[in-house]
Amino acid sequence: MSPAVPSSLEEALRRLEVSSPRDFVDRVVARYATVAGPAGDLYVAWTRAGISLAEFASPGGEAGFAARYRERFGRPILPAANPLPGLAAAVRRGHGERLAYDLAGLSAFEVAVLQATLAIPVGEVRPYAWVAAEIGRPRAVRAVGSALGRNPVPVLIPCHRVTRSDGTVGNYGGGPASKEALLRAEQVNLDEVAELAARGVHYVGTPTTRIVCLPSCKDARRVAASSRRGFRDLTEAGSAGYRPCLRCRPRPGRSA
Amino acid sequence: MNAGPGRRGRGTRRDSGLQRNPGRGVLIGVRALKVTSDDEICRQLVEDLDVGFAALVEAYGRTAFSVAARTAPETEDAEDLAAEAFLRAYRALRRYDAARIRQLRVRPWLVTIVLNVSRNARREATRRPRAGRLPATDEPVAQGREASELVEVAAAADELAAHLRALPAKQRAAVVLRHVVDLPLSEIAAVLGCAEGTARSHVARGLAALRAAYGTATTGALPPAAVAGERRSTR
Repeated sequence: MSPAVPSSLEEALRRLEVSSPRDFVDRVVARYATVAGPAGDLYVAWTRAGISLAEFASPGGEAGFAARYRERFGRPILPAANPLPGLAAAVRRGHGERLAYDLAGLSAFEVAVLQATLAIPVGEVRPYAWVAAEIGRPRAVRAVGSALGRNPVPVLIPCHRVTRSDGTVGNYGGGPASKEALLRAEQVNLDEVAELAARGVHYVGTPTTRIVCLPSCKDARRVAASSRRGFRDLTEAGSAGYRPCLRCRPRPGRSA
Repeated sequence: MNAGPGRRGRGTRRDSGLQRNPGRGVLIGVRALKVTSDDEICRQLVEDLDVGFAALVEAYGRTAFSVAARTAPETEDAEDLAAEAFLRAYRALRRYDAARIRQLRVRPWLVTIVLNVSRNARREATRRPRAGRLPATDEPVAQGREASELVEVAAAADELAAHLRALPAKQRAAVVLRHVVDLPLSEIAAVLGCAEGTARSHVARGLAALRAAYGTATTGALPPAAVAGERRSTR
């Protein structure tokens, strides 16, 4: 044991050496792993600050993913020795909101879009205009689309849950087929939403509660189809005495 | 290891504590770890930059963290600074070819980067003061020691750290590199960009300034705790 009182200035200085924090290497070196997802495997990269990159896996594509990570972040990355706690379950069950993300390097607008998107529940979809309204930029619908197109963490930050209000799924980095596969794996009522949209119905309500919802909202889907009433827009619903659902928060806004 | 009072051997400094070996995920005593030399790290960096870099962080994390903690303003977070220095080092290495990496003297090169980051933080801090955390001294809490004595030792260490921070840049760097993280004079000279003799005199002047700061010109043994105690009693 070292003595309580250092015997010399040199000894006292030597004791000023400090240990780097536990697992300091993980503060510097990122890790990545391949995780099984509902629409194919996913490469996911993270540091202690959170997840910062994900890509759909391709055969033998790990090296390319690691190289793109290094190019983008200028940080070393190695295969993970241990899985990130909660990652596999979050990918499998669509609960990306349970994990931490490191979105440094993105604009404040992009971060806001991704945060609003992270709050969309599994099994539901929202229009682009809804995201724009959520972040207080109701007119920035196209910019929302671009920001979602640059989502660095697809699947986990569920940009696939933002769809066109005409009932089609819309664009997706991994291709529209992956977007649809992800949504169907989450049991989104895509066909019903599309069928309603084709009839000009973008909101549904029930006379019992006089609450109006987006058609994929879990509360709306609990209502029997026979007692459901469709609306073109919120004005129409409002004049019929319906108030917006607090869960899916249907918002007036431009269609996209 | 049970060294007598005042004789905590240099070679045994890293004996205490366990360190995680990330490659295998097992806990092993640090003593059992083969000391990774600069040459070995260079070889690994050339072979696989990222694997080699993880080895570099393992080997010099403590040195980088200590240099950051003892040269930057105490309002700065040493972990942030050390991590930033390592990332700068990595970005530089990505641009170096194999020949340049093989010739690299890794530790002094890395320490130079840490000092640059630390100096930038110092400049920033004078422009934009902010609240921060104070790194704890790396002194294991011994059992059976009087609490008052521990407090006194900790207070003395903080006082010494403050005096160290107040030294002129070259002296501060020289003293920290020589006596806190135990670099040889040849590497200190490489870091400071001067001759070894000059590096030695920076160290000596720094030590002298520290002794003077305690209000005593005694050379040799100087127990800061005792000095701190005396100062308190004269107030």
